[in-house]
Amino acid sequence: MERGIRVLVAKAGLDGHDRGAKVVARALRDAGMEVIYTGVRQTPEMIAEAAVQEDVDAVGLSVLSGAHMHVFPEVLRQLTARGGGDILLTGGGTIGDEDMAELQALGVGRLFGPGASTREIVDYIRAETARRRAQSETR
Amino acid sequence: MNDDNDPAWPVELINLNCPNCRCLTSGEREIGLDTALDTLLGTFLSGDRRAAARLISVVENGGPRAEAVLHALYPRLGGAPRVGVTGPPGVGKSTLVDALVRHHRGQGRRVGVVAVDPTSPFTGGAVLGDRVRMSDLATDLGVFIRSMATRGSLGGLARTTKEVVDVLEAFGQEILLIETVGVGQTEMDIASAADTVVVVVSPESGDAIQAMKAGLMEVADLLVVNKADRPGTSQMVRALEADLAMRPAGGWRPPVLVTVASRGEGTDEVAAAVGRHREHLSASGALGERRHARARAEIVAILRDRLWQRVHERLADRLPDWVARVEAGHATPYTAARALLAAFLEDEA
Ligand SMILES: Nc1nc2c(ncn2[C@@H]2O[C@H](COP(=O)(O)OP(=O)(O)OP(=O)(O)O)[C@@H](O)[C@H]2O)c(=O)[nH]1
Ligand SMILES: [Mg+2]
Repeated sequence: MERGIRVLVAKAGLDGHDRGAKVVARALRDAGMEVIYTGVRQTPEMIAEAAVQEDVDAVGLSVLSGAHMHVFPEVLRQLTARGGGDILLTGGGTIGDEDMAELQALGVGRLFGPGASTREIVDYIRAETARRRAQSETR
Repeated sequence: MNDDNDPAWPVELINLNCPNCRCLTSGEREIGLDTALDTLLGTFLSGDRRAAARLISVVENGGPRAEAVLHALYPRLGGAPRVGVTGPPGVGKSTLVDALVRHHRGQGRRVGVVAVDPTSPFTGGAVLGDRVRMSDLATDLGVFIRSMATRGSLGGLARTTKEVVDVLEAFGQEILLIETVGVGQTEMDIASAADTVVVVVSPESGDAIQAMKAGLMEVADLLVVNKADRPGTSQMVRALEADLAMRPAGGWRPPVLVTVASRGEGTDEVAAAVGRHREHLSASGALGERRHARARAEIVAILRDRLWQRVHERLADRLPDWVARVEAGHATPYTAARALLAAFLEDEA
């Protein structure tokens, strides 16, 4: 059965503004994806549990508060604890190159800085989802 | 799979290919559970939420695997209350659903929520935003929330909404809430999936109600004027009551309730009224009638799907020819359909 791509878009942290996350959500929708938008002030536990219940292919997480070194690994851990370690975790924020490399070493997907175009994000999620699906089929 | 400790679970139904059951065989094709699905079902039955989410996707994506899953889960359905919450965009449906879930959690019930939003007809994508108002429920293990896109279905419901609710009930959720946007004539759909339909409006909904009056009033078992902290509430209540007064007397009279869902005001009363409606359904025999009608509609829908699939398989080659004839004015669509049907019946005989 052909299956569309489902993505959970969330904003972690205490600042209430989510314009960036909404722009990304709309871009993903316009690319034909089903986007579950959960809003602001999401804890890693909420994000992981929602991602599992919604059976998403990817989580797109916006972290602007500088807490990315805590939030991304914690979401990854919570996903894995729920059997969702295969869900792609990607996202964005103001994240330095060093931190980015460290997060990716932990298993986080590509992360996008404030200057990234929505096109890049859409293309990445599409390609990475396809790659992971193909991989799980041959396993 | 070992499920000996679950007497409610007929063993033959979870075995591969279900040899005793005719519904699992369709023509040459065996519609059984493949090994992956069989394992997934086992994990689901042990209470695994990821497995439940995966099964919902299988069901949502349709086809023979969906059918095999639904068939296997059918014996686990026991008539848990299904409550539809519908109304114009932005009136506070999700906020009300959140409050209703809290109410039932307070009574220790496991709750399932299916929230349906429209798919964009242009891109096939959707933004499903109902979880925003239910964030705090995300980590309550007694609650399972699933967002669905309508995916080309014309009404407010997705084609498989009822089936997704079935999976949640089979998972052990004791009360099921279904949120849909009511736009125009499409509210009728929700009545086929829910035992009780709550129609939510806000004091500002005058125009929207005008546009959808007939459908709205017909399906409502309960009317809720939410955002009662805003001006115009009592006028809206009066208008709705005046409308209800024109209904023929006898049977259930939909009550009109007011809520401020964002502050949890009046929401316990909504839950209580839903309970009263359900008692009325049971006492009057209407619940039986609704479920009877639903069972019938389900069989007819499955039959229609199957028949169409079969007809399509047989006649796909011959269809273009007839299209060309109709286009050229050598036949009408009616003669074409008649000829194709005759050809199909002959092939089948
Ligand atoms: N003033 C007021 N605002 C409310 C009330 N209930 C909900 N809201 C607000 O109304 C807005 C929409 O609420 P939702 O619960 O998302 O409405 P909805 O009907 O589910 O919206 P859609 O699913 O998009 O159609 C939010 O900003 C809520 O906070 C209320 O009782 N009073
Ligand atoms: Mg909503």
